[in-house]
Amino acid sequence: MEKISTHTGIGVPLRASNVDTDQIIPAVYLKRITRTGFEDALFAAWRRNPDFILNQKPFDAGTVLVAGPDFGTGSSREHAVWALKDYGFRVVLSARFGDIFRGNSGKQGLLTAQLAQDDIELIWKVLENAPGTEITVDLASKTVVCDSVTAPFEIDDYTRWRLLEGLDDIGLTLRHESEITAFEAQRPDFKPRTLPVR
Amino acid sequence: MTEATTPQAPQATQTAQKPRTLAEKVWADHIVSKGTGLGEAAQPDLLYIDLHLLHEVTSPQAFEGLRLTGRQLRRADLTIATEDHNTPTLAIDQPIADPTSRTQINTLRANCKEFGVRLHSLGDAEQGIVHVVGPQLGLTQPGMTVVCGDSHTSTHGAVGALAFGIGTSEVEHVMATQTLPLKPFKTMAINVNGTLRPGVTSKDIILAVIAKIGTGGGQGYVLEYRGSAIRALSMEARMTICNMSIEAGARAGMIAPDETTYEFLRGRAHAPTGADWDAALAYWETLKTDDDATFDAEVDLDADTLEPFVTWGTNPGQGVSLSGNVPYPEEFGDENAKSSAERALTYMDLEPGTRMKDIRVDTVFLGSCTNSRVEDLRAAADIIRGRTKDPNIRMLVVPGSARVRLDAEAEGLDKVFIDFGAEWRFAGCSMCLGMNPDQLEPGERCASTSNRNFEGRQGKGGRTHLVSPVVAAATAVRGTLSSPSDLDPLDGPYAGIVQTSSANVTPNSAQHVA
Repeated sequence: MEKISTHTGIGVPLRASNVDTDQIIPAVYLKRITRTGFEDALFAAWRRNPDFILNQKPFDAGTVLVAGPDFGTGSSREHAVWALKDYGFRVVLSARFGDIFRGNSGKQGLLTAQLAQDDIELIWKVLENAPGTEITVDLASKTVVCDSVTAPFEIDDYTRWRLLEGLDDIGLTLRHESEITAFEAQRPDFKPRTLPVR
Repeated sequence: MTEATTPQAPQATQTAQKPRTLAEKVWADHIVSKGTGLGEAAQPDLLYIDLHLLHEVTSPQAFEGLRLTGRQLRRADLTIATEDHNTPTLAIDQPIADPTSRTQINTLRANCKEFGVRLHSLGDAEQGIVHVVGPQLGLTQPGMTVVCGDSHTSTHGAVGALAFGIGTSEVEHVMATQTLPLKPFKTMAINVNGTLRPGVTSKDIILAVIAKIGTGGGQGYVLEYRGSAIRALSMEARMTICNMSIEAGARAGMIAPDETTYEFLRGRAHAPTGADWDAALAYWETLKTDDDATFDAEVDLDADTLEPFVTWGTNPGQGVSLSGNVPYPEEFGDENAKSSAERALTYMDLEPGTRMKDIRVDTVFLGSCTNSRVEDLRAAADIIRGRTKDPNIRMLVVPGSARVRLDAEAEGLDKVFIDFGAEWRFAGCSMCLGMNPDQLEPGERCASTSNRNFEGRQGKGGRTHLVSPVVAAATAVRGTLSSPSDLDPLDGPYAGIVQTSSANVTPNSAQHVA
């Protein structure tokens, strides 16, 4: 995974709460067996509307999505993260994220920064008054700067560390392999197995 | 800082003394390596996973990841796969028509073969929705950790397992290590006391809970459903509740095991037997929240006054009693909730103030991992038996698994549905998310026993009202959103049949049966 410390890019105000992962990527796009190539699927239903924010310049070139609360609820589909990344987004700002979506983002190097809703509102105003305004997100200091607005954000420490270091989760876990083996040796016999087929 | 931290010795003395919740006990019993440190150096706990369920949609990229890194599948014997999301529910003996669906299914078959994973394919008696298949085989048991690349994995919490949905990167992680690094969660008690009235089911309980705490209310929590109304529920009814925990934002929902749980498990293909059963039972009986344990949050719901519940909007928290009206956006104090309601009403093409029972629907969908088990089908069949379907309604009945379909047919339920004019289909996720041909047309309105009323969830432009199986059945009779109590009494051979919620209640709680 690539290291992330700071990112600067055009902010996109998405004035909607409860943006579930079915909206981020509808189910019909989940049939591919690759991890890339989902950019056309991002917000596919909404993008059919010419007024949708990503159909407007300069927002179409945005890399920092500024969303309403409860972004990424619903389905566990990691395709939602792949679609955001394939489109070009590197950061999502929201007052609250769906748990699974936030976890998936952390594995894929999409930074999910949790801001107070009041700060989100201030940033929305800046972006709407001056489209194309860039947002700088600094993971080291956990701050977001958008023109006159400077706001702190929250992210769990473990994810932050992994993003800053660009660490692979599986590799980290495999450092504990001897403990996993020891744990397995003590599992009770009554726990079920799927194989052999009974 | 990049070095892995040294694991601490097990802290047996500490864990033995502190009163704990059910979820905390299951968590503690699966810690491979205790998380350490505080603040910036904090490491999460590494948790062992007892069962990994796979399906065709969220696994291909994970298998590919293993191949690319040269890693092995650590425990094929704790892994099982089924085909469900893409599978057609008609003509299952024919090749799958949609080439991308076919590719995804074929990819799962090839991957399972390559890595030695047990797979239940289309046509197999154990094929079906992954969250129906696991409990049906007795593979999900109390005190286990269960994961799947599907958010409705919370279903398995009904047997007292800690079960939650994961993304594809985590699927790969579990494949390679049989563990997951996880941050501790908070605990929330959902106390449901009282007695459900006839026609009110566990689906109504969970829809009311979500309406109460909101789609984000459970974020960061494991929910534990407690109270007399929960104890009175059958195992399948409990699954419906735990299934929709994710709709309240919680990754997992649990119900402590009891006699209902043990009776459900006894004799199932993968349930323990003999001395193993005794050992398992002794352990399972410890899996309850200690009397003096505290939850981080508690929510109360009164079962006595609960009515059938239905959604009007585009997220599962936007629900009301079926006897109520479509709300006015101004009723919502919060600006975000208000604009969300406005947007939802536009999408749903509903006028504020409309009686919910005046809403006419086009399609009724009985199925999904929420409500597709044999009790659900039985409860719906009990409503429609001897009645006539509204001629403008299309009704799809999709059993959760091939086994459920066979069991239902053995009881003659298929004939009830077919005589009524419903379509009796093969098992799968079907119209819950429309990855197969079972989709709504733009503008089509559906009363659905599934779990999500998101925009376009059941097909582009489709409009979803979430309901219980008995409300779905009554709606198919009347053509408008209806509760069983709205139906005219039957005459002829079915006269005098009393419709109750008894199908949703365990046999050993006779006081709930009318």
